[in-house]
Amino acid sequence: MSELSVNHLLGIKYLNKRDIQLIFETADHFKEVINRPIKKVPSLRDITIANLFFENSTRTRLSFELAEKRLSADVINFSSAQSSVKKGETLIDTVNNILSMKVDMVVMRHPNPGAGVFLSKHVNASIVNAGDGAHEHPTQALLDSYSIREKLGEVKGKKIVIVGDILHSRVALSNIFALQLQGAQVMVCGPKTLIPKYIDKLGVKVESDLRKALNWCDVANMLRVQNERMDISYFPSTREYTQQFGVNKALLDSLDKEITIMHPGPINRGVEITSDVADSKQSIILEQVQNGVAIRMAVIYLLASKIKH
Amino acid sequence: MSQKVLLNAKEVNIILHRLACQLIEKHNNFENTVLIGLQPRGIFLAERINKILKEDYKVKNVQLGHLDITFFRDDFRRGDKPLEANKTNINFLVENKTIVFIDDVLHTGRSIRAALTAIQSFGRPHEIELLTLIDRRFSRHLPIQPDYRGRQVDVINHERVKVNWVENDGEDSVYLINK
Repeated sequence: MSELSVNHLLGIKYLNKRDIQLIFETADHFKEVINRPIKKVPSLRDITIANLFFENSTRTRLSFELAEKRLSADVINFSSAQSSVKKGETLIDTVNNILSMKVDMVVMRHPNPGAGVFLSKHVNASIVNAGDGAHEHPTQALLDSYSIREKLGEVKGKKIVIVGDILHSRVALSNIFALQLQGAQVMVCGPKTLIPKYIDKLGVKVESDLRKALNWCDVANMLRVQNERMDISYFPSTREYTQQFGVNKALLDSLDKEITIMHPGPINRGVEITSDVADSKQSIILEQVQNGVAIRMAVIYLLASKIKH
Repeated sequence: MSQKVLLNAKEVNIILHRLACQLIEKHNNFENTVLIGLQPRGIFLAERINKILKEDYKVKNVQLGHLDITFFRDDFRRGDKPLEANKTNINFLVENKTIVFIDDVLHTGRSIRAALTAIQSFGRPHEIELLTLIDRRFSRHLPIQPDYRGRQVDVINHERVKVNWVENDGEDSVYLINK
């Protein structure tokens, strides 16, 4: 029967193939809903959701908030910049204080890997991980796979290359798990310093030549260079990075076949991809953003249906 | 579990033709009327009525849509089973139209209540009517009654009415099932 196998969405690692299928099927229905003249359904009118963002975010936060509002949930927002966290309150205390205001679900982004798992063991609410450090970002991986499925029909058997800063990327890890679970082949490509040492143990191919990687793949997911997570210099200069790992229109046009370009945002235009690539027909970046709302609605709806009345 | 035949294929066929004629009597050429089958089981009845109108009575402009009410139901998180959504397919505007909701069995009226809310997402209809094949008498939780009914039946609470369709279940029939 149609129920998720988990009570929290902490990472793709904890999901099975059937869960992903169910989330996609539910998202199909919500995608139809958000394209109606009135884009709202009353399903979650008795659910309250807290969005806790201990780290900056624009897209994910707006996308979650919109998804919650489209489902008629009550929403409270919290960002650590203006909060008592600065006064030294612990994570569990902060969350328990919020939960004592009768909150049913927590969507959390946190700079520390494992923050979601930790919280799920200590508090009584459904937890949705909206990114924990360089660990996982499950809803991003789900919407990426969903967008591939929409564009290419299915994910199974497709070849996807993830390009850029794999080391600091939670999007990369969640995507690797999600794509492999659905039977896709995954390759990572980037400067050696930004590829984790034992990444091949996850069963992914590693390539350092961007042209070879692009010629192999059906879809290229271009990641942002996460300067804010870099404590040391991983490559000599941005210009050199762009020359080796940036995609421009000339490179794209010189390939054997037409590939699809994705980017989780925010884009550093002119660094990992040029503007004409980002805005080209081959890019599905804005479709990803639209699908993000439908996917998050599906995740929240399916988790909420497991909260007992 | 025992079951009893309420309607056989021949009776279902006669009733469907009568319902189609009643619709024509009220709505003439369906210029300003649309049919909406309610997911999941009402769509078979809606498709059948649509076919009879078009093929047997040569009504040309019938528009038919499917409406899923899952996200508008009032029993989310209350049942043991999770609610499963179906496809909504309404590719026309319902603004100022007369809508005929079509469902197989009218029981508590809660599905129709949900459908009345759900359809508002597609505009403000002029009027909404209800057509059901089976009307379970004395079982309503809400003040909702059909405008067109195939057969009215008295069914006690632990009994269930099951409508079968050739397309889906291999035969046209209505059973009363005693659980």
